[in-house]
Amino acid sequence: MNFWFDPVNFIAHWLNSLLVGWGMAEWLAALIIQLVGVVVLISLMMVFDVFLVWVERKVVARFQDRLGPNRVGPFGIFQPFADIIKLIIKEDITPDGADKVVYNLAPILSLMSVLLLWAIVPLAPVIFGVDLNVGALYIVAAGSIGTLSIIMAAWSSNNKYALIGAFRQVAVLVSFEIPMIATMLIPTILAGSMGMNEIVHGQQTVWYVVLAPLAALTFLIAAIAELGRSPFDLNEAESEIVAGFHIEYTGMKFGLFYAGELLHAFTFGGFWAILFLGGYHFFGLENLGPLVAMVILFAKAMFGYWVIMWVRYTVMRIRIDQMLAFNWKFLTPVAFVLLMLTALMNTLLRNTPSAVYIVGMLLTNVILGWIIVEILRGFSRRERQRTEGIASVTAAAQH
Amino acid sequence: MQNEWLYIGLFFVIGLLIPVAALLISWIVSPKKPNPIKQSTYECGMETVGENWVQFKAQYYIFALVFLVFDVETVFLFPWAVSLGSLSLFAVIEGIVFILILIAGLVYAWRKGMLEWV
Repeated sequence: MNFWFDPVNFIAHWLNSLLVGWGMAEWLAALIIQLVGVVVLISLMMVFDVFLVWVERKVVARFQDRLGPNRVGPFGIFQPFADIIKLIIKEDITPDGADKVVYNLAPILSLMSVLLLWAIVPLAPVIFGVDLNVGALYIVAAGSIGTLSIIMAAWSSNNKYALIGAFRQVAVLVSFEIPMIATMLIPTILAGSMGMNEIVHGQQTVWYVVLAPLAALTFLIAAIAELGRSPFDLNEAESEIVAGFHIEYTGMKFGLFYAGELLHAFTFGGFWAILFLGGYHFFGLENLGPLVAMVILFAKAMFGYWVIMWVRYTVMRIRIDQMLAFNWKFLTPVAFVLLMLTALMNTLLRNTPSAVYIVGMLLTNVILGWIIVEILRGFSRRERQRTEGIASVTAAAQH
Repeated sequence: MQNEWLYIGLFFVIGLLIPVAALLISWIVSPKKPNPIKQSTYECGMETVGENWVQFKAQYYIFALVFLVFDVETVFLFPWAVSLGSLSLFAVIEGIVFILILIAGLVYAWRKGMLEWV
């Protein structure tokens, strides 16, 4: 095994032989190596999180025709470090009547829930934390801890705005989890497994975004809603409830929420890449080595994160009734129709040549997408006629 | 990997420790000068009136009920999806009928006006 080809596993084997050579039990050596791996992976994510703060600020500035951070270091790259120092030395205020334990636990859980998700991410063919065979369910389960932390923060900080934000967040979670699970079932069907490694392996020849473009789109929308990002950022709508759930948090506790939110968005960009954009596959380039594969995955996750930012800074916030109607009357039926069609077409076409299979799946999606657009067009035409009718009646009454 | 869930457990513990360490550093470094005004509930400068734990809209509860039906049922869909590759067409259609029954529930809720925000 070559160090330059696969440093991670090389170091793991070297450490293992060293520890066993010292007379340590096999299981203890394995445990220590796992521990080292966990610490390295989590530290990597935390450092990356600092980088994400800079990316987010720079990109939002560009979307709003500003320069963004450009004073601290070249292109303002050291701005996040200045931010961290500021957050650390800020006074930590606990409001009266706050439930101290829950209040302090909430920001910790917020960041932890995101870090937990990285346990199952296949970074490269041979570098992954753990290949759980219930990966898809694990994403939903660990992601929900983030929402739990929001509810805990809001309930414990003894503030009306915070509580209103938490109600909305629960409504969002409760609604958008359904289309999210339904669209996660589609890569599961195509790969025949819930494990992330199996799903990525299944995309060696063709990415699932080609086989199921509508599912990829639905998953992205549901993910944005779960993240509580604009246009679904009702839980922290600045103009109505100031900052929502983290209104009473200051200093590093706010910083943890902020870091957790950014990393969550990046992580879901990563899962979008894994489930639909082929994970670490990029036209055979991943065979050059595990590190190249890792870079490909991070680039794709960054692309997903960039799409999420793009949506965030382009689309305006919608009302809660619009949001719930959008989910229950549009996204959920679409997701389930998509699931049924994919299951049916997959069974009908599974013995055909792969070219026929790919074209068939793509055509199914295109036709369904066309039908959906037609239904939406008819609905918006009726809605427009109705509102224009009301407007003309009021105009006539005023004359 | 002799035990996958042990690894998740390690992740859980380290993932808890790192934010705790950040909070601890901040707790050591930051100034502590509490006063009653600073610690009062923030409401854009207004004095808080009444209970801070406001009542929630009953509508949220109804949406939670609709969610519960779907969430429980989708758990049954995962095994079906995993083994779909080896299932016969009849079994696949059975699964589709199951989803259709789910959608019938959604249509019922929709027609009953449960999905309207009032």
